[in-house]
Amino acid sequence: MSLHGSDYSSQLVWRHRLGFAFEWLCRIVTWACMGILALLMFFIIRQAWGWLDSSFLTRGNSYVAKDAGIVSGLWGSVWLIILTAVMSIPLGVGAAIYLEEYAKPSRLTKLIQLNISNLAGVPSIVYGILGFTVFVRMFGLRDRPEKFICSLGFVDISFELPLGRVVLSGAATLTLLSLPVVIISAQEALRAVPASLRHASLALGATKWQTIRHQVLPAALPGIMTGVILAMSRALGETAPLAVLGAAAQLSVVPGRIGGLGDLLRNPGKLAQAPFDQFTAIPLQIYSWVSDPSRDFEHVAAAGIVVLLTVLIALNGTAIFIRQRFQKKIRW
Amino acid sequence: MRVTSLRRVRSWQHVKEQFIQGLLFGCALLSIVTTLSIIYVLFSEAIFALPPHRAFFQEVSVSEFVSETRWTPQFEGSNCHYGVMPLVCGTLLITVISAIIGLPSGLLIAVYLSEYATPRARTVFKPVLELLAGIPTVVYGYFALKFLTPVIIVPVMKGLFGIDVDGFNALSGGIVVGIMIIPMVASLSEDVLRAVPNSLREAGYALGSTKFDVSSKIVVPSALSGILASFLLALSRSIGETMAVAMAAGQQPSLTLNPMVSIQTMTGFIVNVMQGDVVAGSTLEKSLYAVALVLFGMTLTMNLISQVVLSRYREVYQ
Repeated sequence: MSLHGSDYSSQLVWRHRLGFAFEWLCRIVTWACMGILALLMFFIIRQAWGWLDSSFLTRGNSYVAKDAGIVSGLWGSVWLIILTAVMSIPLGVGAAIYLEEYAKPSRLTKLIQLNISNLAGVPSIVYGILGFTVFVRMFGLRDRPEKFICSLGFVDISFELPLGRVVLSGAATLTLLSLPVVIISAQEALRAVPASLRHASLALGATKWQTIRHQVLPAALPGIMTGVILAMSRALGETAPLAVLGAAAQLSVVPGRIGGLGDLLRNPGKLAQAPFDQFTAIPLQIYSWVSDPSRDFEHVAAAGIVVLLTVLIALNGTAIFIRQRFQKKIRW
Repeated sequence: MRVTSLRRVRSWQHVKEQFIQGLLFGCALLSIVTTLSIIYVLFSEAIFALPPHRAFFQEVSVSEFVSETRWTPQFEGSNCHYGVMPLVCGTLLITVISAIIGLPSGLLIAVYLSEYATPRARTVFKPVLELLAGIPTVVYGYFALKFLTPVIIVPVMKGLFGIDVDGFNALSGGIVVGIMIIPMVASLSEDVLRAVPNSLREAGYALGSTKFDVSSKIVVPSALSGILASFLLALSRSIGETMAVAMAAGQQPSLTLNPMVSIQTMTGFIVNVMQGDVVAGSTLEKSLYAVALVLFGMTLTMNLISQVVLSRYREVYQ
């Protein structure tokens, strides 16, 4: 233990010991992280054990813990994610294409880029406040919501303005929230496409858009899809913005009041009505079950968490699968 | 004839190309519109509104907001106080606890992954970190409330120190937020550590440094600005974190630094009030925007600083 440096070799031994200890510290912390993940999973599965059966997925909520189910949240989340994807994919990929392919390095481009990275860091609850003001209340345009009926020929859609707490407001809010993530990941995917591909296409006389449409986008598609799926899985788990919108925590109906496949085939119009219907989502239901003072509901909440995590892991798995599979296939 | 038709095709192509470029530019501009509308919404409800409407700070003075130590906007009349300090204090308490847990562990993991881990270990740990990052915050909140508090914190504090801990406490909330920011710190810091050129490491070894010397005295210091930027981003994330804190730390605004009692954060307040039905145009509703403005200002400042630092850092090594 001579720190005084008189004996070089013993100092070296000491330094190696220190290094060894540090390496193990790093290793232990990393393993502890895995341990926490395992503990969390184990605890939740144990809590949910016996409460999660197939009818949990098909029941509506109930005041009796044993009869509570997740069907309304499940379909609410499905509708939210579909609409969010439909809105955020074209907008996000479009913005990414502009920034990567068209934009010249100007002040405005730099500003947009900095702004996007900043939006990615804005707390989700602020998006909730934004969505509440802009979509749910529409700046308090009217004191009372006014009913409108929009006829599409084969089906009439009735909706209110301001929109209120409907699926569409929720999806629009989640779109704003996930756009920065979609843009950033799509930009990375586009950047990974080699310039030679673009040059070859342009040299053959294709216009810029033809090049992008037929060469760049297909090549970047796996990367874009991976990013989109990850962004959607994050949006799926978001609770705070939806809670701030004032979405119902518990409902006993699904959006559009679609009562199964037979009902849907008889009244396909309900499909168009669903975005303008009230909704709840899986994370909102979990939150309200946790807040319930009855001890039984903590098991119901755990069962809900298992459903949510299963969907998320499936989505993440798909993203990883796409990444692995297409990364190997394409060799430039 | 052929030439003219080709020219017509060309000009039609040109119009189409221009149209598409305009459309794509519109998509990119949407992000600016989003930021502007966030600022407009918060500003118009919190700071200044035109005469028929009144903004929050036109009803409550700024000095009360900043210096008052009670936050009781749900009460009536003279019991109603709008002092944001308890909420800011709650938020900072959570942030400090999460920083103590999350920042060192995240950095250690980053050092391990970039300097020590074998490629195989990396392929195992990276997905685990991604998975940890992908777990929704309600799940962490549930874990804090139903496992961390009753199974670990309460018995340990009672047994070792004889301290009584509330069912809702800032400690459990802070710990789970700390766990939540670990993946973020780890992956961002790992990126900057790996960007440090190998020649620096090799120079260190050539001078007789051990691996620990190289990691701690060369790699980490030369990546320091990037690491600090990742810390700032993580802290801004813990400031903005909502559900886990609202569930685990309770809904009791109090000006305290005691992590064993129930507190309320800025985000917790917003979500708690919005859960019930708020009267449109009431001061309570406007106070949400004022709190959101403070929150937005804090996170935006930290994000901006870290963005600038990170982009400078990239320029240095590329």
